Amino acid sequence: MHPTDIRDPGYFHKVVDCQWACPAHTPVPEYIRLIAAGRHADAYMVNWRSNVFPGILGRTCDRPCEPACRRGRVEEGNGEKPEPVAICRLKRVAADLKGDVRARMPKKAARGNGRRIACIGAGPASLTVARDLAPLGYQVTVYDAEAKAGGFMRTQVPRFRLPEPVIDEEVGYVLDLGVEFVGGRRIESMKALLAEGHDAVFVGCGAPRGRDLDLPGRREAAAHIHIGIDWLASVYFGHVERVGRRVLVLGGGNTAMDCCRSARRLGGETVTVVVRSGFDEMKASPWEKEDAMHEGIPILDYRVPLAFEHEDGRLTGMRFQRVRAEYGADGRRSLVPTGEPDELIACDEVLVAVGQENAFPWIERDAGIEFDRWGLPVLDKDTLQSSLPHVLFGGDAAFGPKNIIWAVAHGHEAAVSIDRLLSGEEPRERPAPAVSLVSQKMGIHEWSYDNDISPEERHKVPWAPTEQALRRIDLEVELGFDDATAWREAQRCLNCDVQTVFEDGKCIECDACVDICPMDCISFTANGPEDELRTRLTAPALNLAQDLYVSGPLKTARVMVKDEDVCLHCGLCAERCPTGAWDMRKFLLHTTQAGRSCRDARPEAA
Amino acid sequence: MTWIAKPRLHHPSLSRNAVGYTRRDYEGKVSTLCAGCGHDSISAAIIQACWELDIEPHRVAKLSGIGCSSKTPDYFLGNSHGFNTVHGRMPSVLTGANLANRGLTYLGVSGDGDSASIGMGQFVHAIRRGVDMAYIVENNGVYGLTKGQFSATADQGSVSKRGVANSDAPIDLVGLALQLGATYVARGFSGDKAQLVPLIKGALGHRGVAILDVISPCVAFNNHAGSTKSYDYVREHNDAVNRLDVIEGRAAIAVDYDPGEAIDVVQHDGSVLRLRKLDPDYDPTDRLAAMAYVNLHQARGEVVTGLLHVDPAATDLHGHLGTVATPLNQLGAAELCPGAAALAKINAALR
Ligand SMILES: Cc1cc2nc3c(=O)[nH]c(=O)nc-3n(C[C@H](O)[C@H](O)[C@H](O)COP(=O)(O)OP(=O)(O)OC[C@H]3O[C@@H](n4cnc5c(N)ncnc54)[C@H](O)[C@@H]3O)c2cc1C
Ligand SMILES: Cc1ncc(C[n+]2csc(CCOP(=O)(O)OP(=O)(O)O)c2C)c(N)n1
Ligand code: SF4
Ligand code: SF4
Ligand code: SF4
Ligand SMILES: [Mg+2]
Repeated sequence: MHPTDIRDPGYFHKVVDCQWACPAHTPVPEYIRLIAAGRHADAYMVNWRSNVFPGILGRTCDRPCEPACRRGRVEEGNGEKPEPVAICRLKRVAADLKGDVRARMPKKAARGNGRRIACIGAGPASLTVARDLAPLGYQVTVYDAEAKAGGFMRTQVPRFRLPEPVIDEEVGYVLDLGVEFVGGRRIESMKALLAEGHDAVFVGCGAPRGRDLDLPGRREAAAHIHIGIDWLASVYFGHVERVGRRVLVLGGGNTAMDCCRSARRLGGETVTVVVRSGFDEMKASPWEKEDAMHEGIPILDYRVPLAFEHEDGRLTGMRFQRVRAEYGADGRRSLVPTGEPDELIACDEVLVAVGQENAFPWIERDAGIEFDRWGLPVLDKDTLQSSLPHVLFGGDAAFGPKNIIWAVAHGHEAAVSIDRLLSGEEPRERPAPAVSLVSQKMGIHEWSYDNDISPEERHKVPWAPTEQALRRIDLEVELGFDDATAWREAQRCLNCDVQTVFEDGKCIECDACVDICPMDCISFTANGPEDELRTRLTAPALNLAQDLYVSGPLKTARVMVKDEDVCLHCGLCAERCPTGAWDMRKFLLHTTQAGRSCRDARPEAA
Repeated sequence: MTWIAKPRLHHPSLSRNAVGYTRRDYEGKVSTLCAGCGHDSISAAIIQACWELDIEPHRVAKLSGIGCSSKTPDYFLGNSHGFNTVHGRMPSVLTGANLANRGLTYLGVSGDGDSASIGMGQFVHAIRRGVDMAYIVENNGVYGLTKGQFSATADQGSVSKRGVANSDAPIDLVGLALQLGATYVARGFSGDKAQLVPLIKGALGHRGVAILDVISPCVAFNNHAGSTKSYDYVREHNDAVNRLDVIEGRAAIAVDYDPGEAIDVVQHDGSVLRLRKLDPDYDPTDRLAAMAYVNLHQARGEVVTGLLHVDPAATDLHGHLGTVATPLNQLGAAELCPGAAALAKINAALR
């Protein structure tokens, strides 16, 4: 193998599994250390810079960082149940305990730059664009059909998961930057909007249409059958306050999970989730399923809905075909009937949560914006520009329904594109991130980070008692970690951003680092091709998603090979190294956001 | 020395041996030696060897004298029996322990100062007697613990860190061991575990006295240019005569090899020492030839390493003395006190 090029910012970034996996590349270990140090406001601001809604995301994020977290792999073969660090819930701790951070927020631009930006929809994508651009002097106007800003975070995510004051606060920080919000205003025509002469238009209108199920009985029993996302919005607006005693929820995504748990709180005594395919294939996250089942909601799988059963316009139940999964020679799965008799499940109300679609009825097809055959805009996937370069899309409107953190990530990228475009620079040239790599050495055995490794298992977030929680729709179920538990959970973080950095020329091949390494990460061996090298290291390097760090040839002509996979970042290798060939250096990466640092021409420093 | 304890977490693929332990179970406390000390590598090699041999930790007694090297038993085999003797007295205490309980595996750890200076007498007599032990000398050419004075194994002309040349002639522990009739004599290098681990395994399985001289650079006081015990010097002058594989169990014995390429020696415990020749003329079972070879090559400035001598017909102290086969602590009153009639018979024989 060739020696690893650690000057490529991508190399060490990938080692920080959580940050790499986060669509907005939040510097996770950095904020976790700040929480451990009791610096909650600082931790909050690190988050706020990257993901704009730490309090909201700390309760609702899909947390792609957690399955990626190294701690989960490190605990494999070591304890009962390997678990990642509770990254998401620690974020909430920063938000809960931060105190007043208003003074730390960016100031409104003193002077405008004369550029006008329109954002359609006030969801997380648009709000991120607004946050990034408004302080630079852009005049940003955000339009939404609803009276309040927040998008689906406000109208879809139920209050028992996300209290409204948290939304008000964090949406408020954005609007307070001098963003103009026009609520209660549905944009009906893109052409008309374009005619208003905005310098750029950002479309963040989401994926607002819930899929229906056109089955026999659908029309006859219509009064008792609801589209999940519409029903959740009605619950939010208070138009729906009760639900039938027996409720069926169709679908296996997070909308289904929110529907069933809301139904439990609105009088549903037996609420059942029914999915077509297997339990494990459901789109909802494992924790969402756990939460639902914890509230006494069974999930029935491998049942294909056939018909709504009704009597005199009244829904009586639903009929399902029992199926099982079969895998063809090509590995593709199909659902085949088991041959068992159809199953009738009695119910009074059905919530259909079988998917969401994009819809752009207000964008005229001759407005100059190209759409593909699935009805999605044709976009440059890096700049998010449409075929009209000054019209950009982000969030669920761009590539179909995703989640809040992706919407935020899109918002940042779109803001960079707009800033470059309106500065006369090529948006397709993307600015490199800002990185630093700083030694953490303080003394022979002292580091400026806490390198001791906590043996503790993941801590559980306390819950409100279930019978109490089920009585009210607006009672938050999760109570959040207290300060002490948060500290202990923070100790589980391995500080993956504190990198092991190797200097070939200093190594005397004494083996001290190999001997001390608790995880058998380090080998000194003859070089070879990667696949072969992976098999003959101190411990086999079987996780191909994780890189090998390879040195240049050493005095004995061997090379140092470090498998990054399960390194604890404990620094023991560096402590045992007599020559300082190993050093522990903190790698901090900030994605480049709109503003001077994203532009090629950087005039006078402010 | 590090401030944090080595985390208990281990690689997910870490496996257990036949007696149910992982390699990590053979570790001891965190080392307090200087970072990069060769002695720590030897500890790691001992851990690896004991794990591979499926030795039960509580069936090992590790004894040592005084010195950085002699401190190391604290850093491996945390669940074994241990004894730190006074300076240079490890061999006699170990001899006593071995006589009392021959059921344990005996590992003596010492330094060049501990064995070649104050303990010289102990060293030679343990070999003469053929005490059944693996005797490891962690040889750095200095008194590491007392800050780097030349030891008796330092080569003449070798230069100290402060620039002073050593004027005294060195004691060669391997040469002494060969001359005194040690039945297993090897030299290793702490910087070459691939060679060292099998040498330790062979020594632990050997019934009789096994002397293992391991060159082990002292990074603090003897790893500079001009030293003959530094990482660089040993790597440049290493002359390995063979590569040892320790093969356990019967199946392996049947494996064929070209007789010109390897020599097999069966040990008492049934394991086979397979020596792949690096020097085609070297026959480690011929003690006199081994002495000549070692002397010749050392005179040329080479550091001769490998399994230098092994006696397939090795015997030990218990065999010489005809001691009882059972460890003394397992003998009951009946065996230990044969009764008045037996005593009367003995007395009668002495009249
Ligand atoms: C039930 C449910 C639960 C969810 N739970 C989670 C969760 O826990 N975690 C998570 O990360 N994600 C969750 N999601 C997904 C998440 O809500 C979305 O991915 C995210 O909000 C998308 O953000 P956005 O900025 O693209 O637009 P949205 O948040 O969808 O906001 C779009 C806004 O645009 C407005 N709008 C649309 N058309 C127009 C127009 N023509 N004129 C003016 N305004 C218009 C709408 O009123 C809406 O307010 C959930 C989704 C649903 C349906
Ligand atoms: C009776 C006695 N005399 C002298 C000493 C001082 N002393 C301690 S360690 C040591 C030499 C150790 O050298 P070596 O065995 O080579 O061990 P190293 O530290 O080099 O590994 C000496 C002379 C002592 N502890 N006890
Ligand atoms: S252990 Fe910490 S730094 Fe490492 S991936 Fe998990 S959260 Fe990120
Ligand atoms: S920091 Fe060094 S010693 Fe610790 S696990 Fe990683 S490679 Fe091993
Ligand atoms: S401890 Fe340092 S000098 Fe020794 S082998 Fe490791 S990197 Fe090289
Ligand atoms: Mg010494």
